[in-house]
This record gives sequence, structure tokens and C-alpha cells, in this order.
Amino acid sequence: MKCRNGFSKYITIAVLIFFYLPMVIMTINSFNNSRYGVEWSGFTLAWYKQLITDPKILYTLMNSLIIGISAMVTSMVIGTLAAFAIHHYKSRIQIFHQALIFTQLGVPDILMGMSLLLFFIAIHLRLGLITIYIAHVTFCISYVSMVVLGRLQNFDFKIIEAAKDLGADWYVITRRIFLPLISPGIIAGGLLAFTLSIDDFVITFFVTGPGSSTLPIYIYSMMKHGSPAVLNALSVLFLVVTFTLVYCSQRLIAPKKTR
Amino acid sequence: MLKEMNDFLVFENISKQFGSNKVVNQVSFSISKGEVFSLIGPSGCGKTTLLRICAGLEEPDTGRLILNGVDITALPPNQRKVNTVFQNYALFPHMTVIENIAFGPKIAKWDKKKIVSEVDFFLDLIQLQEHKNKYPSQLSGGQRQRVAIARALINRPLILLLDEPLAALDLKLRQRMLVELDNIHDKIGTTFLFVTHDQGEAMSISDKIAVMNKGNIEQIGTPIEIYEAPKTSFVAAFIGDTNFFEGTVCELINNEISRIHLDGFPEITVYNDKSLRSGTKVYLSVRPEKINITRAYPAQDKPLTNILKGKVEDVIYLGSQTKFWIRVADYRLAINKQHTSFLLDEQPIKWQDDVWISWNPEHGYLLDTYAETDENLLTLPSE
Repeated sequence: MKCRNGFSKYITIAVLIFFYLPMVIMTINSFNNSRYGVEWSGFTLAWYKQLITDPKILYTLMNSLIIGISAMVTSMVIGTLAAFAIHHYKSRIQIFHQALIFTQLGVPDILMGMSLLLFFIAIHLRLGLITIYIAHVTFCISYVSMVVLGRLQNFDFKIIEAAKDLGADWYVITRRIFLPLISPGIIAGGLLAFTLSIDDFVITFFVTGPGSSTLPIYIYSMMKHGSPAVLNALSVLFLVVTFTLVYCSQRLIAPKKTR
Repeated sequence: MLKEMNDFLVFENISKQFGSNKVVNQVSFSISKGEVFSLIGPSGCGKTTLLRICAGLEEPDTGRLILNGVDITALPPNQRKVNTVFQNYALFPHMTVIENIAFGPKIAKWDKKKIVSEVDFFLDLIQLQEHKNKYPSQLSGGQRQRVAIARALINRPLILLLDEPLAALDLKLRQRMLVELDNIHDKIGTTFLFVTHDQGEAMSISDKIAVMNKGNIEQIGTPIEIYEAPKTSFVAAFIGDTNFFEGTVCELINNEISRIHLDGFPEITVYNDKSLRSGTKVYLSVRPEKINITRAYPAQDKPLTNILKGKVEDVIYLGSQTKFWIRVADYRLAINKQHTSFLLDEQPIKWQDDVWISWNPEHGYLLDTYAETDENLLTLPSE
């Protein structure tokens, strides 16, 4: 793209600075030997050391990973099936289904958190890891099915017929045709779901129970009575993981270059 | 034994309905071993449905399908010794040329060595050795087409189904591929069932053609039979162009030739091979290239030649030939004149010229049935 008058270029740069400058400062501060990070007082890895030796952090990180991975896997399965149903059947129910799945992307987190909490209380489900897991699955499904649906819309179903014609049964078709062509979409959706799950705060805050804090919840409590420097280090690690996953999922979603 | 050869693939009373739309209507015909058989008709005539029924991708509502003496009506597609070349090739985008071609043999669990040598044979046949490790997206349309053919043929099907295989190619490439298809057929000898809407393709490659219209087969025959002796106005108009005449037999001149009376046109003679009696209503088709057009009164080579006077209403010069539209009484006749002489030395026939046109009685062909709507299939501008 060519910028004719530089204006859009400056705006773009300004926006990027606005987005990423705080993160850069945070990253620098995570190596700063000053506890409150007001001024540079030397390079240190102390905060990182403190981070990986804090049992509470490791415990909540474990919780986050358990929930993130299980919510990712579950939503990959359900979201893929949902995408297939929406793509394959053009009935009115499926149009409604699609609308429901996509509006969920726009529902405010606070509303979802509240409604899920009320729901869990109504069915007498004890708040804990299980309720967080269910809550995360509900919003992850939408993202997975959205990504997989995009993949399906570019899928030429004629090749399924061609495979059948060449002697393939359903097992071979699934393993050698469907999965290789659709799995990038499923994996990308899953990675997206994982990143969303691992740093969700609002919904988790509502449905979490005693002893089942996830990492974002713990970070929030550290904000109030912890060391901000350790927090910086933690956030940097978080950033690295999130960026990697988003990058991978983008690579998978992007259409293959042809010719 | 001979019967088996003639009835290699038999369609027996096949019907198929989608909703309330009868796509194929009680169709029966058979295909001989080793021949190129074309199903041709306008879009929606049911030809593709018949092909899909043959592949097993569609189930017929009624009827049976018998291949090499075995009823395969209920067999799923992956158990039929039938393979298809799909319209848009349907190659596997995540597999290379080699992997695409070896797909069928791998599923059939052939011996590894055999797979390698067979794939190699077919890569030679389709002349894509140097592209064997490319993906379909890196190939041209014609190359993809050839991969699709090899991928189907390597399984040594009893019948190869081709669903409009050339439709996605441009004209020049289409003609080249047609020759190539013909060569492949000569080398492999597999029976081809070829579906197309293009009469030129069908005429040039087929041993036999079935012309379909609205779920029915109107006529089956060799390309020459179909062109020269169309049974219905649909066949006459769909395969090539023609002039239709409507009249009644008014005089049986001799055993072979009758005179026909027409409304708004002089009486004409026709070869009456159907022994129609005097007073019978008849429909006649005369192909444009069968009619002579001259400035001077033509030399009469047969006593009963039709010779009529007309006026040129339209001329389209096409190089090798010229298309004329000639007004004779109430009729507007299409005539193609093939040029065999050096036209610059001549005074060609021009617009508004008075001309003589002539054709022999046997150049017209009496149709069994006629429908006025079939005239819409003609490429000639109507009145």
C-alpha cells in the first residue's frame, strides 16, 4: 500500500505506539532492579526468579493451563461439529443456530459472567474449576466454529465425491482428505480459543470458586497487595505466549499462496 | 459372448426424480465394450444425472444398472469398477501430481512396485513427468485435466466416466485435449462414457451418441446417423443447424420419391423412405450445406431436383464458407456455401441478389416428430 500524503502513515504509527508502548515499558521494567519501576536502577532477572519460585503463581498457572487446554479441546470438537452443521444444512434452524453462535461474540463479558453465575447457582453446581471450564467452553465454541466455517466455505466438496469414486471409504476420506484440509482451521480456532481462555478475567471472575483461582484472577489480586515488578515479569511471559499462539493461528488461517 | 460385448453397460428403465422434477425418465440403453459413448443434450436434460447414477453418486428411483453382466445398482461408488473425470477436475489440492494419481491404487493396496511403475506409465501417457511433484494449484487447466484423467484411468476401470471434461478449458486447448483424449482411448481401450453439451466435442470423439432432452433419450446412433438422419426436430436442431419444412404428401411420384405440398412455399420433392401415403402430414429437415446456391440456373443432375428462385436477405462471410439467408415465398432458408475456389477471381453472391437454390430429394430428411419450440435451438436468426 502506498501512502500518498503520509497522513495515514503517521496515524498508523501513532496507533501502534499507543497499543504497544505500554507493553514495551512493561517489558523493560520487568528487567528493572527498582521495585516500583520509576527509574532505571540496573538490569536484573530477580523478578523472574521470584516468579517461578512463587508456589501460588505456579498453582494458579496450573489451573489456567488445565482449563485452557480442556476448554480448547472441547470447543475444537463442538465448534467443528457446529461449523459442519451450519455449513451443510441450510435449514431455518441452522440459520438461527449460526446467529446464536455469532451473537455470542458480541455479548458483553460481564453479562455472560453474570448469567452463567446465576445459571450455576440455579442448578446448584459448586463453583470451581468445573464451572470455569464450562464458561470458557461456551465462549470458545463461537470462535472455533467461526474459523472452521471460514475454512469450510473454501472447501470443494467435489473432491469428496472424487475420493469416493476412487475407492475411498469414510475412514480414508476423513483421514486423508478432510482432516489434512480442514485441520489448519480447527487448530487455528483451537489456538485462538486457548489464548482467550488463558487470559479471560471478567467471566472467570464471576464463576470462580474458592481455591480455583486462575492466573488472571491472581494477577488482579497481586495488583492490590503484591509486587508490581513480579507482575511485570509475569505479564511479559504471558505476552510472549499469547503472541506466539496468535501468530501460529494467523499462519494457519491465512490462505495458502498459489502459483 | 457377442451379446455381452454389445451390452457391456446396460441402463434398464432408469428414472430419477428430484422433488417434483423428473430429471431422468425411464431411460434404457446399452453401451458396447471399448466404445466412446456420448450423452449429449442441453443443460438440465438429465445427462449428468445419468452419469452420476452410473458412478454411484446418485441412486436411481427405478431401474437397474448392469455392468459386464453384474447388477451394480446397489453398489456404493467405492466398490464399482467405474471411475470419473469430474467437470472441474476435483483434484486433491494437498497432494502432488504423483500422490493424486496414486490415490486409488494406494487404497486398493496394490504392491508398492506396481504402484510406482503404473504411476510412471500414466505420467508418460499424459506427458507430465517433469511436473510430477507439483501441486494442482501450480498446474495449468489442461495439465490438471490430464492429471484427473490419469488418476481415474490408473484404476483400470471397466468404464471411464467423463463429466464435461473440457468445459473449463479455452477453445484451442479444448480441441487439443479432444485429440489427446482420443489418443488415450486408442492406447488404453477403456470404454468411455462422455457427457457434454457441446455437439462438436461429441461428434468428433464418439462412436455412438445418445441425444437427450428433458430426461428422455431422443435418438441413439453414430455421429453420422444422428446428423444425417435425425428422428426428431430436437435432434435435427440441437446437432448442427437445419431448415424445417411442414407440409403434406400430395403425390407419390415413384417408389422412392414423393411430392410434398407446403403452405407458403412451392411444392418440393423428397425421398420418402418411410413409405408415407398421400395426404400424410410430414416434417422435413434440410441441412444448410445440402442446398446449392448459384447465380445462374443450375445444371440439373437429377430429374427431380428441387430448383427454386430466391433473394439473399443476409450474408455472413466466414472465410472457408459463407452463410446465406434466402427468402423463398414465406420461408427464410439458411444455406452454407463451402468455398473451394479463389473468391477474389469471382463475383461473389451479395446481399439482395436474386439467386437460384437447389437440392436433391434425398438431401431432405423426414422427421418422426416435430415441436415448434425446437426451432429456438437453431443458431440462425429467425424472421
